[in-house]
Amino acid sequence: MDKFESFSGIAAPMPLVNIDTDMIIPKQFLKTIKRSGLGVNLFAEMRYLDDGSENPDFVLNNPAYRNAEIIVAGDNFGCGSSREHAPWAIKDFGIKCVISTSFADIFFNNCFKNGILPITLPEEQVEVLMRDAEKGANARLDIDLENQTVTTSEGESFHFEVDPFRKHCLLEGLDDIGLTMEKAAAIDSFESQAAQARPWV
Amino acid sequence: MTGKTLYDKIWDAHLVQQDADGTGLLYIDRHLVHEVTSPQAFEGLRMAGRQVRAPEKTIAVPDHNVPTTEGRDKVIENEDSRIQVEALDKNAREFGINYYPVSDIRQGIVHIVGPEQGWTLPGMTVVCGDSHTATHGAFGALAHGIGTSEVEHVLATQTLIQSKSKNMKVEITGKLAPGVTAKDITLSVIGKTGTAGGTGYVIEYCGEAIRALSMEGRMTVCNMAIEGGARAGLIAPDETTFEYVKGRPHAPKGAQWEAAMEWWKTLYSDDDAHWDKVVTIRGEDIAPVVTWGTSPEDVLPITDVVPDPAAFKGGKVEAAKRALDYMGLKAGTPLKEIKIDTVFIGSCTNGRIEDLRAAAAILKGKKIKDGMRAMVVPGSGLVRAQAEEEGLADIFKEAGFEWRLAGCSMCLAMNPDQLAPGERCAATSNRNFEGRQGKGGRTHLMSPAMAAAAAITGHLTDVREMM
Repeated sequence: MDKFESFSGIAAPMPLVNIDTDMIIPKQFLKTIKRSGLGVNLFAEMRYLDDGSENPDFVLNNPAYRNAEIIVAGDNFGCGSSREHAPWAIKDFGIKCVISTSFADIFFNNCFKNGILPITLPEEQVEVLMRDAEKGANARLDIDLENQTVTTSEGESFHFEVDPFRKHCLLEGLDDIGLTMEKAAAIDSFESQAAQARPWV
Repeated sequence: MTGKTLYDKIWDAHLVQQDADGTGLLYIDRHLVHEVTSPQAFEGLRMAGRQVRAPEKTIAVPDHNVPTTEGRDKVIENEDSRIQVEALDKNAREFGINYYPVSDIRQGIVHIVGPEQGWTLPGMTVVCGDSHTATHGAFGALAHGIGTSEVEHVLATQTLIQSKSKNMKVEITGKLAPGVTAKDITLSVIGKTGTAGGTGYVIEYCGEAIRALSMEGRMTVCNMAIEGGARAGLIAPDETTFEYVKGRPHAPKGAQWEAAMEWWKTLYSDDDAHWDKVVTIRGEDIAPVVTWGTSPEDVLPITDVVPDPAAFKGGKVEAAKRALDYMGLKAGTPLKEIKIDTVFIGSCTNGRIEDLRAAAAILKGKKIKDGMRAMVVPGSGLVRAQAEEEGLADIFKEAGFEWRLAGCSMCLAMNPDQLAPGERCAATSNRNFEGRQGKGGRTHLMSPAMAAAAAITGHLTDVREMM
């Protein structure tokens, strides 16, 4: 996983509450053999019209937000199924951070496994960020994971909480596999001992 | 200090590291891979720029969704299946792992190919993204299924993060009566302990009746450990094991064979080992059995009748009612009167040569019931070739069976081999869940000999009456 670095990015406002994983990635896109390439199907039902063309009213089709890297969302984002296709699609689109007043638990966990930072903030602060995001492409939010702050284009800064272990994993770009790979020396050592003891394996 | 179980010994020999909370990092000796649960894992490696750590210990074979009819090496009609098989093809070549494509005679069900090629050896840790990996426990290997994230973890690190299970001993004493097979043992154990009876445990099967089984029979027993809820099933290796392994393509040779034997002979549970749970069944008490419901624990001797749901306790009352409704059965009906439409002989449970021999012995010189749909799906291309050489294929074909190519086939119906709604099947596979063999399909699990007997009479049959 890539290391999560501080960045300044365009934030797309999605004030809708209860954005569920079916909205994030509809079921017909789960028959894939890939985790990658799902970005084109992100929010497919809202993003495209029946004839397959883009719905001009959907926020990510607005030229100002096509390159968004942050979503500021309504309450209870990511509710519904456990499908990891949801964070896969978000990540593939280029979104690295989602800010909301609350997240569904499984989605929240899945984000960390995929290098996405979900930030939970109080309602009044999310309100401020939402209004800032609504200003368009020129209003970029600064996300600083090291210092745990979100800063608006006006310079207003909010502190957020994050589990120290998960923060460490994101900053270092570690997943379960990455963590086990930190034990590579132990695995190497075991492997050479085992090769001596059981050379036929 | 108390002695160790076989499971303890294999665990200790593969422990890379153990955290203070007891979580272990376990080294994996063999990683088996198939087309359905691996694509995202390989994709994950690619996205992270990782390699397969030990491609020489990784073995891939397509089995779940491949058709079992001729021409499949040219084209697989179902697009999703074709894409998954093509992905495995590409991943195997790109990452340099051992691979048996559908065009290779060694292709077959992953749990049949592994032992057949000598990849599975005593004392190993074996994993695969498939629950029936327990099969390999027959060699005294610690073998169990894993999820796709873990598949990726093993591909990248050749290890698995695991916490240790408890030890359970299942002893089958004495001798089996004629007509009673390994399948009857494993189903009878589940019938006694229930599908959650092994939850949290690794089972070691032992006792005179287990010792008397061939390797094929032992694989059938361990295969269904998962249906009993256990993480894995094990049988301590002995002369039968060594005899089977010796000379296989990937088995050790020469001095390495001698060194391996020295260690393999230490792989048994010590007399003073601690068991968290013990179940004992008299071999003489096991009858040829069939399942009547939609859980592998719904097991009864063929001489019995469909049970009355009211005779059960707790949540099982409703479950049994639902099962009888789904299966279209009435309480009190003798099991032998249940008419069947289809017979399926095959799967990682019963798709080996011994299984085909047992079925052919019943079918020899006989015809299947008029209108019966019957198929034999050998577990691998090599099993198929051997059966043809032994004349078994001719017996099946003359009896009216379809003689198919190797694969998982109708065991899980991810391929074209499926039951129609309401169609009733005598199956040698491992799961009788609702819809398992096709939407609305009705499955009765049994041994290959029992399935062959049912094919002839057209109803569930006590094979002992035909011997």
